[in-house]
Amino acid sequence: MTDKTAITLTINGKDHKISVEPRRTLADAIREDCGQTGTHIGCEHGVCGACTVIVDDAPVRSCLMFAVQAEGKTIRTVEGLADGDKLHPMQQAFMDNHGLQCGFCTPGFLMLAVGVLEREPDISDEALIDVLSSNLCRCTGYQNIIKSVRAAAREMRKA
Amino acid sequence: MNKQKQKFIGRSVPRLEDRPLLTGQGRFAADVNFPGQWAMRVVRSPIAHGRLNGIDASAALAMDGVHAVWTFADIAHIPPIPFRLTGLKALEPYQQRVMASDFVRYVGEPVAVVFADDAYVAEDAADAIELDIEPLPPVMNATDAPGPFDAAQSTEPDVLRKGYGDVDAAFRAAHSVVALDLSVGRHSGVPLETRGAVGYFNEALDRLEMHGAAKVPHWNRDTMGRMLGRTRDNFQLFEGHVGGGFGIRGEIYPEDVIVCAAALHFKKPIKWIEDRREHLISANHSRQQTHRIRAAIDAEGHILAIDDEFFHDNGAYMRTHAATVPDLAAAMLPGPYRVPAYRATAHIRLTNKTPCGTYRAPGRYESTFVRERLLDAIAAKVGVDKAEIRKRNLLPKSAMPYALGLETLGTHIVYDSGDYGLLLDKALDRAGWPQLQQDIARRRANGEKVGAGVAMFVEKSGLGPFDDVRVEVQSGGSIELVTGAASVGQGIETAMAQICAETLGVDYTTVSVIHGQTDRIGRGLGAFASRVTVMTGEATKRASTKLRGRILKLAAELMQAEPAQLDIVDGEIVRTGGTPGPSMKLTDLAAARPGELIAEDTFESTHMVYPYGVHVAAVRVDAETGGVAIEKYVMAYDVGKAVNPMLVEGQIAGGLAQGIGGALFEEFVYDESGEPLSVTFADYLMPTAHEVPESSILITEDAPSPLNSLGLKGAGEGGTNPVGAVIASAIDDALQMPGAIVTLPVTPQRLRAICKKK
Repeated sequence: MTDKTAITLTINGKDHKISVEPRRTLADAIREDCGQTGTHIGCEHGVCGACTVIVDDAPVRSCLMFAVQAEGKTIRTVEGLADGDKLHPMQQAFMDNHGLQCGFCTPGFLMLAVGVLEREPDISDEALIDVLSSNLCRCTGYQNIIKSVRAAAREMRKA
Repeated sequence: MNKQKQKFIGRSVPRLEDRPLLTGQGRFAADVNFPGQWAMRVVRSPIAHGRLNGIDASAALAMDGVHAVWTFADIAHIPPIPFRLTGLKALEPYQQRVMASDFVRYVGEPVAVVFADDAYVAEDAADAIELDIEPLPPVMNATDAPGPFDAAQSTEPDVLRKGYGDVDAAFRAAHSVVALDLSVGRHSGVPLETRGAVGYFNEALDRLEMHGAAKVPHWNRDTMGRMLGRTRDNFQLFEGHVGGGFGIRGEIYPEDVIVCAAALHFKKPIKWIEDRREHLISANHSRQQTHRIRAAIDAEGHILAIDDEFFHDNGAYMRTHAATVPDLAAAMLPGPYRVPAYRATAHIRLTNKTPCGTYRAPGRYESTFVRERLLDAIAAKVGVDKAEIRKRNLLPKSAMPYALGLETLGTHIVYDSGDYGLLLDKALDRAGWPQLQQDIARRRANGEKVGAGVAMFVEKSGLGPFDDVRVEVQSGGSIELVTGAASVGQGIETAMAQICAETLGVDYTTVSVIHGQTDRIGRGLGAFASRVTVMTGEATKRASTKLRGRILKLAAELMQAEPAQLDIVDGEIVRTGGTPGPSMKLTDLAAARPGELIAEDTFESTHMVYPYGVHVAAVRVDAETGGVAIEKYVMAYDVGKAVNPMLVEGQIAGGLAQGIGGALFEEFVYDESGEPLSVTFADYLMPTAHEVPESSILITEDAPSPLNSLGLKGAGEGGTNPVGAVIASAIDDALQMPGAIVTLPVTPQRLRAICKKK
């Protein structure tokens, strides 16, 4: 299992030329090979969603995808959300609504919510809770996350 | 010109912690890397109880990239992990070694570790290690007769006894007796970040470092130092971001010790990051208890005495918490009620399951469930409303401060302040209790299974005995506050900055709070038992007050004034009361008197402070599926003084979600051979955004603590404490079966079985 393949991952618009085993997960490649540690690993079996990133405009669990499968695709991680010092409306809304405590699940929730709202800006409240229930948070009890995402949705529709 | 002095205490200001966490700049344990590091993988026992006859690592050692394999023989010189709290002598023979020697006692127990170039190789090698384990019969139930732990010891290490008054006489004189058998399931904190530790030995400085520390870095540094032959001068712990604590994260675990020992031995950085399956079978479990409780009552339902015998299932070993959980369960069981005579008998039992420790509201989630079930049963027996039975038994405000006559965590329990009846009224009012009862009656007439419950509790917080804080105005004018407390994500930086800023007269965003770094302050007690806001908060106020005095004295010399004529407003030293005259920026004073604007102070306390609360819930039960929908949830909590109400509400809302988990979903299940069945997030079910309802939170400040100058009480555990109790009460009511719920969690299977019995 030690034969490595040379691939290029495009993360937040920047190319990372790396060499990975076929079995290496995208999450590990993003973190260990590309040094983008904002993407977190909480369960490695696709349930908690802490590792959610946006691949070609869709939120995906990066622990369930191999790095080699992501070659040639556009990957966005939490590090790419803010514009310089200006936070993305989703980040700002999480801050304004106390949508995070320990912050470990937060990058996953941010990427999940941004990915969904970009595709469905007018998503219903019910469908939004369905989407958000696909990630786990252990600190907040979710209500402030839901509040944050709703507030960001309003901002993002204005933009 | 006449600037207003800003208040920060009591305001819901945004958190200082948020920006790095929102932008992917957090530094959690897995984010720490050193060049040339080795990955460590733990080989764990697949057998619940057995004799370890041999370990064959030859295939693993032959693999490319594998550097070493350690077994017990390599760490035999390291003593067992000692107790941090409630360390009874009788429990010491049951302490856990960092690897199993001749017996394995739970699935997940470390038996060997592999060191390799990277985590993938280490995991491959761990799979190639062959274990020769001869299975022995496991003990799986704490209520069964004790079995052998080893040749000399049984699986009942000790029996705790607490009480006061003449219980037997009260039962003889009772009008009637109410008796219940109740049990709480095994569940735990399960933070989203798994455990992790990185050991690094800096040869040039002869300094051993451990990164990934949490909760109690100073205690862990001193204790692991003794285990490994290091001192506080050449061994330091560093806390980065911590992805949730909840009591279980940050205690000394075998892996922490092995990582440090290996870094020292191999002179290589050693990195260990736990996976989720490992976490669910090796990090502390908690909660599992079975209670047999009786109350003696008079004709009106007044409690005359409570007698509780319970069995605490601590899993395979006694870890750092020793008897803490059963001790707290026994000591806090009386709660907010007048209990004239009380007796608790706690059997501490070991079983062949993952060892236990504390989890948010340890001992109280359990004993509140038991006590509040008892109150409901008394209400049913006497034939009065469940709110009324509580009012009849509550301690009145005039009884405060109230010495319970029991001790826990080395302190006498003295309820420092409280108006329990007032908070019950406020909570029932917030819940619209009479209207709720009418709605329930109407819907029930239409065939719906709906019901409401109420539960009350007293929490404890602010455990001493001390906290130190050092505050300094740095050369750029910003303020650095150093504490030995720790952050587990709760917002300590913001809360301490608020107290410091208001006391000094600066903006809270100019205060940076350093915590969890053992090389920055000599001692510290960390973050547990809802202690930080109370203990570190008061120490912060004292140190800041001292620093303010120092600033004004030094400024007065330069400004040709008396210190009493000066004030600090928004980082500028000005004349008091808007008197015109020259002013001076704190930055300029810091430049004029470098290194002098510093102060340190300590807060010591021998008593805890006791917040209290009321939860009200309304639920709908689906008898077909056994599902429970929470339709209304109200939490009233008196915290004395809320430094940042937004953060207090965040603690309470988050605590509720964990309480719901333990009430309805989360359970570590084992088969009869001791095989754990809850080893992924697909079978250990934590609540999602679907299962946690919107809640209404009422924070009150009716009973400030007399034990600190701000009146603070801790807020970390009141969201969790009574959730099992109130959900059970509401389900009983929905089923119209008083006393139906005797076991948590109320899983769909259990609830369907109850519905069918009806």
